[in-house]
Formats: sequence, structure tokens, C-alpha cells
Amino acid sequence: MSKIKFSIDGKAVTGQAGQTVLMAAKAAGIYIPHLCAYKDLIPHGSCRVCSVRVNGRIQAACVQTISDGMVVESETAEIREFRKAILDMLFVEGNHYCMYCEKSGQCELQALAYRFGITAPQFPYLNPSRPTDLSHPDVYLDHNRCILCGRCVRVSQELDNKNVFQFVGRGHRKRLQVNGEALSATSLAVTDQVIASCPVGALMKKRGSYAVPVGQRLFDHTPIGTEQPKETGE
Amino acid sequence: MKQALATVVEDICRHYGSDRTRMLDIVIAVQEKLGCVSTEAMEVIAHEVNTHRVEVESVVTFYAFLSVKPQGKVVVRLCNDIVDWMKGYDAVADAMAKELGVTMGETTADGAITLTHTPCIGMSDQAPAALIDGIVVPNLTPDRARQVVRDLRRHLDPHQLVTMVGDGNNAHPLVHSMVRNNIRRRGPVHFDEFEPGSALEKTIEQSPEAVIAEIRASRLRGRGGAGFATGQKWEYARKAPGDQRYILCNADEGEPGTFKDRVLLTECPEQVFEGMTIAGYALGSDLGIIYLRGEYGYLRNFLEKTLEDRRQRGFLGKSILGRKGFDFDIRIQLGAGAYVCGEETALISSCEGLRGDPKNRPPFPAQQGYRNCPTIVNNVETFSAVSRIMLKGAEWFASMGSERTTGTKLLSICGDCRKPGVYEVPFGISARELLEMAEAENPGAMLIGGPCRQMIGPERFSGQICYDDLATGGAILIFNRARNKLEIAERYLDFFIEESCGHCTPCRVGLVLLKKAVHKVVSGAGEPADLDYMRRLSNVIMQTSRCGLGQAAPNPVLGALQNFHTLYADMVGERKSGLLSTFDLSEAVSDSELTVGRLSHYV
Repeated sequence: MSKIKFSIDGKAVTGQAGQTVLMAAKAAGIYIPHLCAYKDLIPHGSCRVCSVRVNGRIQAACVQTISDGMVVESETAEIREFRKAILDMLFVEGNHYCMYCEKSGQCELQALAYRFGITAPQFPYLNPSRPTDLSHPDVYLDHNRCILCGRCVRVSQELDNKNVFQFVGRGHRKRLQVNGEALSATSLAVTDQVIASCPVGALMKKRGSYAVPVGQRLFDHTPIGTEQPKETGE
Repeated sequence: MKQALATVVEDICRHYGSDRTRMLDIVIAVQEKLGCVSTEAMEVIAHEVNTHRVEVESVVTFYAFLSVKPQGKVVVRLCNDIVDWMKGYDAVADAMAKELGVTMGETTADGAITLTHTPCIGMSDQAPAALIDGIVVPNLTPDRARQVVRDLRRHLDPHQLVTMVGDGNNAHPLVHSMVRNNIRRRGPVHFDEFEPGSALEKTIEQSPEAVIAEIRASRLRGRGGAGFATGQKWEYARKAPGDQRYILCNADEGEPGTFKDRVLLTECPEQVFEGMTIAGYALGSDLGIIYLRGEYGYLRNFLEKTLEDRRQRGFLGKSILGRKGFDFDIRIQLGAGAYVCGEETALISSCEGLRGDPKNRPPFPAQQGYRNCPTIVNNVETFSAVSRIMLKGAEWFASMGSERTTGTKLLSICGDCRKPGVYEVPFGISARELLEMAEAENPGAMLIGGPCRQMIGPERFSGQICYDDLATGGAILIFNRARNKLEIAERYLDFFIEESCGHCTPCRVGLVLLKKAVHKVVSGAGEPADLDYMRRLSNVIMQTSRCGLGQAAPNPVLGALQNFHTLYADMVGERKSGLLSTFDLSEAVSDSELTVGRLSHYV
């Protein structure tokens, strides 16, 4: 594997040919905020939280492959504002009530909001009407909290070797759909890796609420990105 | 009955070799045959092509012309593009809805006719227009709309609505359409005589490398709007590693206000197909695909016949013009109502039988495109120009146009003017000259390149049409001084919101938020801070969106704000009362008035 030398915020980084900016940054201990990127799945490039400036142009770090001499800017005031705006968009697009959500404290969207100091979104709430699928004996799907990151679509395909989820519709009507009348009619099993991959509280195991008490949850003491990046299920 | 559905759907799947990558063809055929692609049909398709039902549903729900639920026997799609709106869409829609006794989006109680709307169908020169089961009905008036409904109620056969045919090949029995070409100015590149095969003969006298060199020497740039150097694109794809290469022709002309490719496909299909074949020779490809937008489906049989004729004459197929090893054929991929498929990577997704989501870049199509092989995607007009360049030489071509933008450009001019239509003009012509040619009426603004580009005011009418100044893929929209530019921008935002694929956050969510802000100002409730908010939000969307759609969608808003700034500064000006316009004093105190029983509440 040939080595690639580039820089992130002026810091020299050496990566492997073929790596994305996000992967190379992670290996070098540099945190670039991200949401839809997950483990080694094929990058989705959809949330745009990992937007960085690459040689002057805004690119998603999870998609952009590195090259020699590449100049990446990540922690600039401008990029911070972009990321904040994108996180805000995700909040107002769905119905996110952290205080009632059992994912609170383990939720990557919430954790990113804390990291960016978001106390209230800068945009008006869109208050969509979205359903909840409680049909499955062990798992529920709450569309109110879905941020359309596509992790479940890819994990189900790539890691579980199933095809439980896919997107239907387009534009602002795009939504997650399951391969069957309801979740109970799919091949989803409680042991599937897909459940833990959801960064928010959209896909949750039943009867697990408050198994981890508030105060001991993933991001309660280590905010997202302070150390090595942590992701749900890793 | 259930068995019958399964048999019909299975037959369709097998006709396409039960090939997963031909999914779009399969679902379009099912829709045509059964009126919808029901859950049952999706189950059968999934089984037949070895995928999952939800994957089929994902494709079906992406395209506007496909539906999961049954629709009326006849579907009337009224074009609600901005030009149609300027030419009386509201009155036509109203007349049609009343005559049918339904509201927009509904089906008549007897299940006969569905009334819905659709974005620009490429008929802005004969608006308002409708697509009725694929049949184009142009130049609608409220009276004519009522008559159309009465006729349809009688026979439920849209073909019978064609009472007179248009000019040129619109009168060809395989087209048989009321559409008119409206060619206002014929230039030497596209509308000169063209003998099929003549450019191809000149081409095979040279090596593929020499052909690419010729195209490079002509300095031809992509006619779709982005203006990438065609020869360079070809060279990248030729040099990229891969066993197979593909030539894709982008005939998904969806930019609102554009219709020049419609005319090229109607009048010059030989020249377009020949250009694709030349590319096939230059790149060593044996398959070309022309992606024909669903709205132009009425041209499909005619184009199929043209391709068949070319096969018969040895211009397509094995050993073209007797040259051993020169094998190339073209298939038509029909679209199904999705503007974003005009984006080249989305077009490739669609050709692969997927949702028309754009792909992540890099890799670029020239490296890894259709089926992960090196692929070039060029516009209809680009291929047409290629044929002429091979016939008359790069030097001849480069002698026309402006210094840095060679050749001629086909423009679709429409809006507030007396002579809407297609004009072939040399690059470098000024916007003002276009206004004169089209006999614009009191022009106050122009959209050069359609809504994905910039809106300009009179102070820029002296600008030149070329890639260095006023770049355009072909759309030229003219607005008179009375039009509210921000209202136009709002309507275009509605269009982009509907047409966004929804993949990335800034485009999917940001455009909806931007529309809310624009609407607030247009409706008179704006505040000074709203203008800055719109600019900031637009910037986030444009910078962080994944593809050209989101990167361009805020342009009409920004253009209106930049070029007509004082207009909007006035609209959001502070009130004499010192209160914000959104603050309604009487409403604010109404609760307390009600509580204490104060009289003013009851009067």
C-alpha cells in the first residue's frame, strides 16, 4: 500500500492510498464529526455533517479519497456553521424529543448537538406526521426519529446479509420502508447488527429502556469526538 | 385474476431477460399495462429478477409517472411550469377541475380520469400544455380544456384528441403529435442538410485517436450547460482502464424552459445517433444508450424506427459500414418523470435500473460510470454537433462563436415574448439581441440557463451568451417588468423541492426551509433580517449539497435578491409603527380581551 501525505487543518497526516479523508483522519486520531458514516460500510455521503473543505471545495470527508498534497480544512468557523446548520436541519425535519427518548445519552445526533452547543434549532420545526411501527415482538421502528442516514439499509444488506430496509419516495417525502407489510413481516431478528447501528432512537430493542441508567450512558461523560470517535455499537 | 396479474408481470420481466438492471423498463411496462405497479406486482417482479420487494418499491416510488395505487383510466398531467403559469395555467387548471368535478390530484368518482400536475414537459413555447397518457396537448385555454375533458369523457382515448398535427416530423405517422417545432432561426450546425452516414464515413477514414483530436481541435464544449470540453472527456474515458465502455446520450431535457432537444430529436435524430456512433468508434465502445425523458415518450416509436433504419443501412450493429470490429448499437432508455436524472450520475443510476439518485463522486463517470465501466454522458446537442464537426472539420466549427466558446448554440427562448421557439445562434450573441429576435415584451429580467442558473436584470442584458459570461444549457426565459422576481423564485423552489432526490440533508431539508422564508417575504410578512437569513441558508445548501441540483437550487432566490435588491429591501422595510410586520397587535391582545370581556373583541 502506498503512503499518501496530506494535511488536515495544517497538521501533516499520512494515510494509505484509497482511504477516504474520514478514514485517514480517524486513523490519525483526528475527529471529523459525522453521522451517516458507519464502520466499514460503503460510504453514503448523505448527511453531509462531515463536510470539509478539500483544496478549496466543500466535499464530504466520508466520500472524498485522499491524494498527495491535499489540503483539508475541517475546524474552521465556516465549516462549523455548515455542520451546525445541517444538524439543525435534521432536528427540525423530524420529531426529536430528547427528554422522552430512551436513546438520550446514547444518541449521536444529540451528542453532536451538544458538541456544537446547539440549545435550540435556528430553523422552524417542520412537525411532520410520521408513524411508529410496533409490530415486531422485539424491535420497534419510530419514524419520528429517523434521520434517513441509511445506516440500517446498508448494515442489513452488507453485514446482516438481509434486505430489511430501503428508502422509498423522493425529496422531502423520502422515507424509510421495510421489506414487508410491517416490521414483523420482515426477516429482522433481534440479534441482527442493524439495531445497534441506528445513530438515533428510530430503531430500538423493546424492553431495554433504562437498562443503562441516565448518567452512565455513552456520551454522558465522554462527549462525542473527545477521544477516539465513538459510535453506537462499536 | 391474481394469476393473470402474475402472468402479465412475469412476461414483462422475461421480455427484459429478468435483468435487475432493466428494472426501470420493467416497471414502466407494468405501469403501462396495468395502470399501476401494485404491491402484488412488485412481489412478482422481485421474485422474477431476484431482488426484494422493497427494492422494487424504492424504484417505483422515485419516479413521478409510476404509481403503486391505481389511477384513472386516463391520467391528465397539466404542466405547472412557470411559463405555463404565466400563460394562464391557473384558469386552465380551474376549468379542468370544475369540468371533471375533482380537485388537483384526484380521480373522478367513476375511476375514469385522474387530474394531476407535472413540472416542465418541454413545451414552454406552446404553453399551457398537458400530457394526457403521454399525448401532448399544447396551447390550452379554459375553453379548450373543457372541450378536452368532454371529449375524453366520451371516448377515454387520448389519441383521438389529436385533431391536427404539427409541422415537420410531428406529422410523421409514428409521432402524430400536435406539437409544433417553432424553429425560428436555423443555423449551420444543426439545421443544415445532413445525409445519414456521411459523417460516419469521414470518421472511419481516421484513427480513433485522430477523431478525438479533431473534436478537441474544434473546442466543442458540452451543450448541456456545464460546458466541459467534449474531446477531453472522451480522452479520459478512452484512457481509463476497463474492458467495456459506454456512450450515454442525455435526452432528459428537464431544465424548466428548455425544449431545444425535443426539436433536435424530432427533426435531426440521424445526426444525434450518428454523433453517438462516432463516439462509439472513438472510444471503442459497442453500446450507446439514449436516456429519453418520459415526457418525450411520444417520440419513442419514431426514434426506434430511426434506429432500425440505421441498422438496416449498416450505420449501427455489427461491422458498421463494413468495417470489421466496428460494432455499435444504441438502445433507448425511457425515463419516468424525474428531473434529477438529467444529472449525469443520476442518469447512470436510472439506466442501471435503480432510483435516480446521483452517485458519489469521485469516481467520475469517465473512470467508472454505467455498470462501473468508463462512460461518457453527453447532451443531445453535443452529439449533433459532433456529427457536423466530423463532416465539416474542426476549423470550420471553431471559426464560429466567441473567442473562447466556439460554434453555435441552440436556445429555447420563451416567456414574455412574441416569438418563443428554438434559435440556433453563434456563441457571443448578447442577451439584448435575443430579446429583440424573440420580440420580448417590456423585458425586466431574464433567466439565462433556466432556474439552475442566474436571473439577470436589464443592466446585464448587454452580456454575452458564452461559457465565460452568461452560460446556458439552452433555456432563455424572459420576464416582463411587472413580474415579481421573488415570486418566480419561490415557484422554482417548489419545483426543486419536488424534484430533489432527498438523499442529502441540505437539499432535502434546506430547500423546504428556504421556501418558507421566501414565502414569508413574498406574502408581505418579511422582516429585514429575512433577506440575510435567506442568503445564509442558500449558501449552506449550495456549498454542502451532494449534486448539482442542491448546489444550484437557491440560484433563483439569490439572483432575485442580488439583481433586484432594492425591491426586496422595500418589501421588508420597517413599518411606521416600529413593529415587525409579523406582529399583529389585535391578535396579540385578543386573549386578554376575551378574558376581561372587552368590547373590541366582539366587533
